[in-house]
Amino acid sequence: MASQSPQYKLPLPARIGLAAEFYRYCKEHELRFQRCTGCGAWRHLPRPMCGECGSFDYQWARSSGRGTVYSWITVVQPLLPAFNDAVPYSVVLVDMEEGVRMVAMLQDTAPEALRIGMPVEVVFEDAAAEIALPRFKKSG
Amino acid sequence: MAHFLKDKACVVGVGETRYTRGTDTTTLQDALQASARALADAGLKPHDIDGIVSNAGLAPAPETLAANLGVRELRFAVGNTVGGGAGACAGLQIAATAIACGLARNVLMPVGWHSYSGLRVRKLGSEVDLATVPGPIGATIADFYMPQGAFVPAHFYGWMATRYVQEYGVRPEAAGAVALAARRHAHLNPLAYMRGRTLTLEDYLNSRIVSYPFRLNDCCLETDGACAIVMTSAQRARDLPKTPVYISGCAEGHPYPDDDFGARTDLLHIGLTDAAPKAFEMAQVRPADLDFAQVYDCFTYVVLIELEALGVCGRGEAGDFVRGGRIELGGDLPILTHGGLLSEAHLAGASHIVEAVRQLRHECGERQVKDAEVGVVTGWGDFGDGSIAILRR
Repeated sequence: MASQSPQYKLPLPARIGLAAEFYRYCKEHELRFQRCTGCGAWRHLPRPMCGECGSFDYQWARSSGRGTVYSWITVVQPLLPAFNDAVPYSVVLVDMEEGVRMVAMLQDTAPEALRIGMPVEVVFEDAAAEIALPRFKKSG
Repeated sequence: MAHFLKDKACVVGVGETRYTRGTDTTTLQDALQASARALADAGLKPHDIDGIVSNAGLAPAPETLAANLGVRELRFAVGNTVGGGAGACAGLQIAATAIACGLARNVLMPVGWHSYSGLRVRKLGSEVDLATVPGPIGATIADFYMPQGAFVPAHFYGWMATRYVQEYGVRPEAAGAVALAARRHAHLNPLAYMRGRTLTLEDYLNSRIVSYPFRLNDCCLETDGACAIVMTSAQRARDLPKTPVYISGCAEGHPYPDDDFGARTDLLHIGLTDAAPKAFEMAQVRPADLDFAQVYDCFTYVVLIELEALGVCGRGEAGDFVRGGRIELGGDLPILTHGGLLSEAHLAGASHIVEAVRQLRHECGERQVKDAEVGVVTGWGDFGDGSIAILRR
């Protein structure tokens, strides 16, 4: 069981199956995605098999951590008590340079600044002793 | 050559409970009550039923229903798992196929859901451990969305709506037109929970943002109730009391990948985008032929995106399409003539089918679409699964 840092109140990932591998790298503040060793395709979410070529072989390849905003929401009404102090917060879809897209909370960036195509970069938030979560902030 | 499934099965009975917020009954009691009324409407007895399709998670198991109804010979029992609110409409396809193939004679499809008094969607992640939710979406939310602050449909579909609004410059008034049409129609429906509660465009625009881009009045209701549908073959339907309503076309569609919004090349390519052309082709009907559209309306913006997927207008054009009362009774394409999830009650799409059937039987009184001959019902669920049925009298 994670020893959650007292300041951190938000839900932690369940880390089931291959997700645990993804988060093992996050703990080292490394953003890595699966890359098929058969055809070279990047993928996220983590999956056992490549949907492009059918290969079961992959490596965890390092991402540049840079991308652009594809879409977002800004949550105003917290639906769980854990988020009471977090609102308003934005959750962005980020087109990564590697071609995958990921979901992440926006950090250190005003929701009003959000635009489609806005450059963002990954930052890591240490949530518990062995868990760090990728977040994104406006680049530059 | 006509599709083998076209017009082979009919809806012959519909029924529902009252729609409330707060109830002393169980979902099983409600589903049985609605089923009994649907059977009476069809002129059938429980022992005539040999097939039950129930929407997994939104109705009791077929075996439970059979045991309580007195169904003696259940030979086609399906706990339909097609995503959430897409399940009811997808169930029409399952039942029609079973009937056309002779696997079942008379099929019952109930939905009973206490989305107000039972588990509320907003409790996902607190009272329900998302990691243990079966099906395609639980693990994705638990591992990759929830820790980032996204865990309910208003969040997930909000990504689509923001992209839609930004890509096409859609104004809130367009979504408001959907909310207002649903409310106007609810005023004409004695069962509708929001009947008599006025909603103006000003009210809509002033309603608070719960999760951008959704205002409170973009979101559907949480209510308690049940409804049920009885189907049989076109041949047997002719001997039953009510005007048969034919399943002329049906299809389901699933966005790729179905378990993650993020990985989709085009977030606005939904399940219905793939399903709709197949259903229209099967039915040999064009979007312009539709007399009404009961479009799954969990959120107003989802309705706009679905209207485009249906092909009633082009992509990015729904904002213009819904102007000037076109989607209201008396307009070119009335939608949600019962009030929908937005203003009648949340039956996960099943009440959309019930309403379509009543419209095609010309039983809808002051909300009747004049001379309705053909209409469409859509379903939408989970991460954008889509289903569609084109019905005719």
